[in-house]
Amino acid sequence: MTQSLDRLKESASQTAGPYVHIGLTPNFCDIPGVYPHDLGTAMVNDKTKGGRITVTGRVIDGAGGPLRDCLIEIWQADAAGLHNSPSETRGSADPNFTGWGRCPADGDSGVFRFDTIKPGRVPFRDGRLMAPHITFWIVARGINIGLNTRMYFGDEETANAEDPVLQRIEHRGRVSTLIAPRDGNTYTFDIHLQGDKETVFFDI
Amino acid sequence: MSVDKPTSNRAPETGSFFARDREWHPPVYAPFYKTTVLRSPQKAMISLDNTISEITGPVFGHNILGKLDDDLIHNFAKPGESAIGPRIIVYGRVLDERGKGVPGALIEVWQANAGGRYRHKKEGYLAPLDPNFGGCGRTISGEDGSYAFRTIQPGPYPWPNGPNDWRPAHIHFSIFGHGFAQRLITQMYFEGDPMIWKCPIVRTIPDRRAIEGLTAALDMEATIPMDARAYKFDIVLRGRRSTMFENRKEGN
Repeated sequence: MTQSLDRLKESASQTAGPYVHIGLTPNFCDIPGVYPHDLGTAMVNDKTKGGRITVTGRVIDGAGGPLRDCLIEIWQADAAGLHNSPSETRGSADPNFTGWGRCPADGDSGVFRFDTIKPGRVPFRDGRLMAPHITFWIVARGINIGLNTRMYFGDEETANAEDPVLQRIEHRGRVSTLIAPRDGNTYTFDIHLQGDKETVFFDI
Repeated sequence: MSVDKPTSNRAPETGSFFARDREWHPPVYAPFYKTTVLRSPQKAMISLDNTISEITGPVFGHNILGKLDDDLIHNFAKPGESAIGPRIIVYGRVLDERGKGVPGALIEVWQANAGGRYRHKKEGYLAPLDPNFGGCGRTISGEDGSYAFRTIQPGPYPWPNGPNDWRPAHIHFSIFGHGFAQRLITQMYFEGDPMIWKCPIVRTIPDRRAIEGLTAALDMEATIPMDARAYKFDIVLRGRRSTMFENRKEGN
């Protein structure tokens, strides 16, 4: 016998189910008055530093239809590349930027939308700079454990080419699934759960 | 959301999180839970040792909480009224895999009413709505990771999957720990419920011990006599590595 490591196992994930909105965005689903507003709806204010952008898209299932009942959360650095988090040890992030957003897909179109700012670059573990990116987390009925992916920016070709995470993707044809094309100040990031265009998901 | 208000005097941790045990969690594809069939990625995930983008996460201060946020019996009820159903306290701790309490974790819950009906426009079960029950609540864990809320015990309900599938009584939990990589949604079940082992969603979890880990224990010592019974439900988030011996560049 040896000593025990005394570790616990992570609580097993379960699907968020079709009524995730009740818990996470009750005002969105006609349960007013419990919370003053839904968390994560406003990431920026008038004083937030950085270029305003809109990130929009849909999550698409294996039959080509959008998920109308999913919920997306995003997390990103501020314009200077700092996170608004106690675990950020490199400096103080912009206090007028939360870095975190939560958005339910539209019940008819399946479209999600975040009004945010373009993040600065953040170092990889070895100090090399990663390209600007936004971390995504997707939950829904039929998704047993939240899916993690990243959105990169279509107008950052040079930075994307040297990004250490994108470089890790062996099947080079799949890199484009993470890059959102730009149209004005809007970036469109469609997330495909299956098929030829299946988005790269990360085991973080 | 509040900005940057630490909930603890401890120095924030910056280590990466323990790898997720994907054989412990349910697989993405579980055909007996039919909705997974078209919603499960089919290609291998790319493993990514945490960077700052995954290690960090937002902080939620107690100032976001309203007085009744942790009381589902009253937070949607008309003044002087309360939700119908067996009154219960749900309490426990948010821990990580090292057994440490996780302070400042945002816990959001949602559930059906005592008849098994959700307050949602897509819900069509014939059990009636309770005009005094909304079905959502939230709280933030204390210094030792402890939390509690008050609610009514939800009912089981049928759902369209197999011809006669029923969900066991359950409460949905969403937990925000200290890093975005710790993000977790799960469900709490109730001790002794025979419906647990018949449920296709529960059975997506491959290991019986993991299901038992989602089953809250009745705790008669924590009841409020003549008011509410109590169920104890601990939640475990991913642990994180110590940065004590982290690789450093030469000369640092």
